[in-house]
Amino acid sequence: MNVTLKVWRQSNSQSKGFFSIYNVSDVSEEMSFFEMLDMLNESLVEKGEEPIAFDHDCREGICGTCGVFINGRAHGPISGITTCQLHMRRFNNGDTIIIEPWRAKAFPVIKDLVVDRTSLDRVMMSGGYVSVNTGGTPDANAIPISKVNADEAMDAASCIGCGACVATCKNSSAMLFVSAKVSQYALLPQGMIEKKIRAQNMVDSMDEEGFGNCSNTYACEAECPKEISVSHIARMNREFFKASIS
Amino acid sequence: MSWFLNFMNSSIGKKMQMAITGILLCLFLIVHVIGNLVLFAGPNAFNTYVEALSSVKPLVRSLEVVLALMFIWHIFNGVRLTIENRKATPEKYLMNKAAENSKLTSRTMGLTGSLIFIFLVTHLGTIWRLFQLEHGGGKFYDIVISGRFGFNNIYYTLIYIFAMALLGLHLRHGFQSAFQTFGWNHSKYKPLISGVAVFFWLIIPLAFMSIPIYFGLLGGGN
Ligand code: HEM
Ligand code: SF4
Ligand code: FES
Repeated sequence: MNVTLKVWRQSNSQSKGFFSIYNVSDVSEEMSFFEMLDMLNESLVEKGEEPIAFDHDCREGICGTCGVFINGRAHGPISGITTCQLHMRRFNNGDTIIIEPWRAKAFPVIKDLVVDRTSLDRVMMSGGYVSVNTGGTPDANAIPISKVNADEAMDAASCIGCGACVATCKNSSAMLFVSAKVSQYALLPQGMIEKKIRAQNMVDSMDEEGFGNCSNTYACEAECPKEISVSHIARMNREFFKASIS
Repeated sequence: MSWFLNFMNSSIGKKMQMAITGILLCLFLIVHVIGNLVLFAGPNAFNTYVEALSSVKPLVRSLEVVLALMFIWHIFNGVRLTIENRKATPEKYLMNKAAENSKLTSRTMGLTGSLIFIFLVTHLGTIWRLFQLEHGGGKFYDIVISGRFGFNNIYYTLIYIFAMALLGLHLRHGFQSAFQTFGWNHSKYKPLISGVAVFFWLIIPLAFMSIPIYFGLLGGGN
């Protein structure tokens, strides 16, 4: 199949970007979206042009490095997957595909489709860890944890920090990401001890980084590749409120 | 006090102020709509009702002050949030299929709110002001039904109906949203909240609307 790509090109964070149009032919349906971009990049290099920069690492949907806006959707048209898990069979011959970097003040473009997401790392550094002494690895089941809590913590922990929630939010709010971290720890015995200070510090840090305010559109939940629920945001709201008043 | 200011200026704190003022405004709507529905009981009943309210002026006035504060707070905070959120997204996407991941009502709270605000100003400048100027005399019913800014004025009637539709859209998102903001998102209570929400986003605006529709469009009460 043949597709036309309209791709955001920007040589560095200072320069002005623009859309470039590329015609890519002989794309096989079995190719992943990135293999299609790899093929385009090879031809660009052969022609002596600058290849399109895009972030990727594991290419198996677990690292959270990849992520671009494809045809108006974070991680492309299919819900519940990362960009690296998108395949060309989801497109039709002759399609025009618009590829844009994540857009948010807290995610400045570094080059082409690559954005700087260290703002999320700094939020993690403000409290996304357990710092009480928990001793060595305990025997399995030595610490009783309800199945409900274990499952919910596991759901929250599946966040891979890709930033799709921020990218799709009309306010560029990072609430889904931050709440997944707050929830994950608040539900488990080791993390529970510091849950107040964690909620306080992570929310403060999130606000400082220039993410917007949540207005409950729930677009984040719909676009999250790990389908993390906004019920975690509700939990963070509770935890933050409790931390503020006590 | 610093913890308090810190909370009030935090993203979640601002959300909660929006939600609390929003829910209090919803409670005001109940009282307001019940009063309006008395119009259907005829001129005497309505005039008696308004005069009864006038006889407890200090109470009404103090509630009005609280209400005005709620509105100002809600509007000031809403405008502030809307501006801040625009700033957090300086560059827009060339293509953004927002309709595939969120509801229109949730993305237009600033717009529906602002239009409601414009209605609020015209409403206060017309019917509310005329009510304040009236002292007894049984004219209240006529002000609403046949006065210059009453429902025999087709423009006012249509603006009123339109504004109530906007209120419905504002609350379609707003009411349930407030509970998410308070952190009350639990599968056990969700059906209850969305049930009560129907009362606020559908029944109340329809009840408000029924008056301009009956007296204005259908020519009732003459
Ligand atoms: C009777 C009138 C009104 C009622 C009952 C009402 C009610 C509500 C409620 C319940 C919410 C949800 C709070 C939340 O998301 O947690 C809300 C949000 C909002 N209201 Fe109103 N409102 C009214 C008038 C207005 C007006 C006049 C404005 C003017 C600008 C406005 C602007 C907003 C905005 C921008 C939000 C969204 C806040 C956010 O994005 O988080 N509202 N309103
Ligand atoms: S919450 Fe979902 S969308 Fe947001 S960073 Fe984590 S995995 Fe990505
Ligand atoms: S490259 Fe690792 S999740 Fe896509």
